[in-house]
Amino acid sequence: MTRVFISQDMASIALGVDAVAQAFRDAGCDVVRTGSRGLFRIEPMVEIEDGDRRIGYGPVGPQDVAAILSGSHPNRLGNVADLAFFASQQRFTFARCGVVDPLSDADYAAHGGWRGLEKALGLDRQDVVDCVKASGLRGRGGAGFPTGIKWQTVLGAPGSEKFIVCNADEGDSGTFADRMLMEGDPFCLIEGMAIAAHAVAASHGYIYVRSEYPFAIETMRKAIELAAGRIAPFTLEVREGAGAYVCGEETALLDSIEGKRGQVRAKPPLPALEGLFGKPTVINNVLSLAAVPFILDKGPEAYASVGFGRSRGTMPVQLAGNVRNGGLYEIGFGITLGALVNDIGGGTNSGRPVRAVQVGGPLGAYFPPSMFHLPFDYEAFAEAGGLIGHAGITVFDDSVDMAHMARFAMEFCSVESCGKCTPCRIGSTRGVEVIDRIIAWRGGRQGAGVALPHGLGAALYSRSPERMQSDAAAQTALLRDLCDTMKFGSLCALGGFTPYPVLSALDYFPEDFGAVAAAAEVVEPVR
Amino acid sequence: MTADRSDSPDMTALADVILRACAAVGNTQSALLPLLHAVQHETGYIDDAAVPLIASALNISRAEVHGVVTFYHDFRRNPAGRHVVKLCRAESCQARGGAAVETVAVSRLGVGMGKTRGDGAVTLEAVYCLGLCAIGPNALVDGRPVARLDAAAIDRIAKSVNA
Ligand SMILES: Cc1cc2nc3c(=O)[nH]c(=O)nc-3n(C[C@H](O)[C@H](O)[C@H](O)COP(=O)(O)O)c2cc1C
Repeated sequence: MTRVFISQDMASIALGVDAVAQAFRDAGCDVVRTGSRGLFRIEPMVEIEDGDRRIGYGPVGPQDVAAILSGSHPNRLGNVADLAFFASQQRFTFARCGVVDPLSDADYAAHGGWRGLEKALGLDRQDVVDCVKASGLRGRGGAGFPTGIKWQTVLGAPGSEKFIVCNADEGDSGTFADRMLMEGDPFCLIEGMAIAAHAVAASHGYIYVRSEYPFAIETMRKAIELAAGRIAPFTLEVREGAGAYVCGEETALLDSIEGKRGQVRAKPPLPALEGLFGKPTVINNVLSLAAVPFILDKGPEAYASVGFGRSRGTMPVQLAGNVRNGGLYEIGFGITLGALVNDIGGGTNSGRPVRAVQVGGPLGAYFPPSMFHLPFDYEAFAEAGGLIGHAGITVFDDSVDMAHMARFAMEFCSVESCGKCTPCRIGSTRGVEVIDRIIAWRGGRQGAGVALPHGLGAALYSRSPERMQSDAAAQTALLRDLCDTMKFGSLCALGGFTPYPVLSALDYFPEDFGAVAAAAEVVEPVR
Repeated sequence: MTADRSDSPDMTALADVILRACAAVGNTQSALLPLLHAVQHETGYIDDAAVPLIASALNISRAEVHGVVTFYHDFRRNPAGRHVVKLCRAESCQARGGAAVETVAVSRLGVGMGKTRGDGAVTLEAVYCLGLCAIGPNALVDGRPVARLDAAAIDRIAKSVNA
């Protein structure tokens, strides 16, 4: 019987793959559902087993079964692993994703699974922590904090009850690596969490998955059941989020698990010392935890030998938005932004010029192609006024209106603010209003009438003279001032980093804010 | 016909749903989100009448339950339409023409964003990212993911909603 491998990743399903899988079953094939390989341009894709090779065909539909089975289909891709997009990657974390049956323990073990945990269980707790430290692994959820140091704090914290919490809230637009891993290789995350549990002596763990990921939730729950014996006495459960972006922030996430509103806690205390239910808690992103089995199995040097500067190992980069080769590309740090967008990504999907890319989700900066020399590295991006975040790159072509995107950043912050601190809660709403004034002014200058959006005129009555002026220069100065307040006054990075997309849009694309003639008059903010 | 009116839920049935859900998820405060998900799954929304029942089941205050129900975007306090279309509005879908698709969806479905149509057939709402960011614009139609939305795809959705 012909064995056919077909993804059941949520993205593949959204592209209609289920009908293709059914057609192959109807044709009498042995269909194995896998995760996605991560190149969506060629999906729905099917892979026909041919000895050690898997011959891919894609994109295909249910009507193509006969042509595929006879080998005559025009969308024949050859051996999938040899395709340039895949062959040029360094898949440490995603080695199995798209290859194995996600819920087959035998598959997982045959592809190197459980070896990291086995090694860890043979080591002292401190040696496991040292191994993670030596790998140079940094948190993949955004902040880039060294994972080994976090574990050390939890290991050293007094207390008989400790927790491992996996942050699978993945709310950043342009990111989907957590989802792909949970759907395509859930045992890898479970193994990483079990290693963490051994390292810090934790007995129970939670995986907090956003509710927008129903397939990941289902797969993780099944995998936990199947792996229970492997990880015992450590136990795991999935917690489903409820549509709040801010619950990705670690302390809000802990409150959410505790059954409260997902509001950010003031730090200190660190979650490592007083986390879930007040107990010492390791909280890490999916990709941080899923990198650990490789590190334990292959050794920290193998992981650290790849990378750039203080950014060691690989990053599963996600190419998103208006990009031709959208998908997941795992590669060592140091590759340039331009190589990712143009060489790997193939430029825009629309065929128009790239105008801007947003790196790191809704709290990340917008960069123009003039910044494409930047190496993918935590420090280089921070220095350039941006962040890597969860390594999502969202590509925009030249039809984008950057004032509109800046407005969206403020609007998103106002919708998702937990409300605990004023700069974020109120500042984001004021930010939307100021940008609306700029857009109205811009429209007026272009002959569309200067009428301000309803109600905004009244907001201009104030003691400060800039606020009395509705022209772009004055409002831009006000916007910078507001961003300054949000950046330094917010409790967490939601309010604190929303200025990144806003200010980078303003700095790199001033013409979209009506600033061509007015640029000289822009009042510098007080710093 | 009063018993069928959605504004006066069957309290015995509601209490039963909560009791059964608690058996599965526990009865501590930490069970609140799973419990609310279970209630919404069974009854379609979180009726205000469920709040005191949930509060006493978990031994927390009504204010705490109300606070949580109103904090999270997922929880509804009113029934949704028979079909629910969640359209992604986040950056990656915008980069692929999401705004234009949203305009088409509003006109073809005949309902504004965040609203339920007068005849109760469909609720249209925004979602911020479905993690399908390379193949947008995307939507969840009654929980089923749909990618690469264009006017023709919206028409198909409108047709299935009206059927
Ligand atoms: C508003 C906001 C949203 C966040 N969302 C996520 C998220 O979805 N996933 C994640 O892993 N980290 C997220 N973070 C970062 C977490 O607070 C935290 O740094 C991370 O879970 C630590 O894990 P790591 O060290 O493995 O990266 C978010 C932070 C903020 C301020």
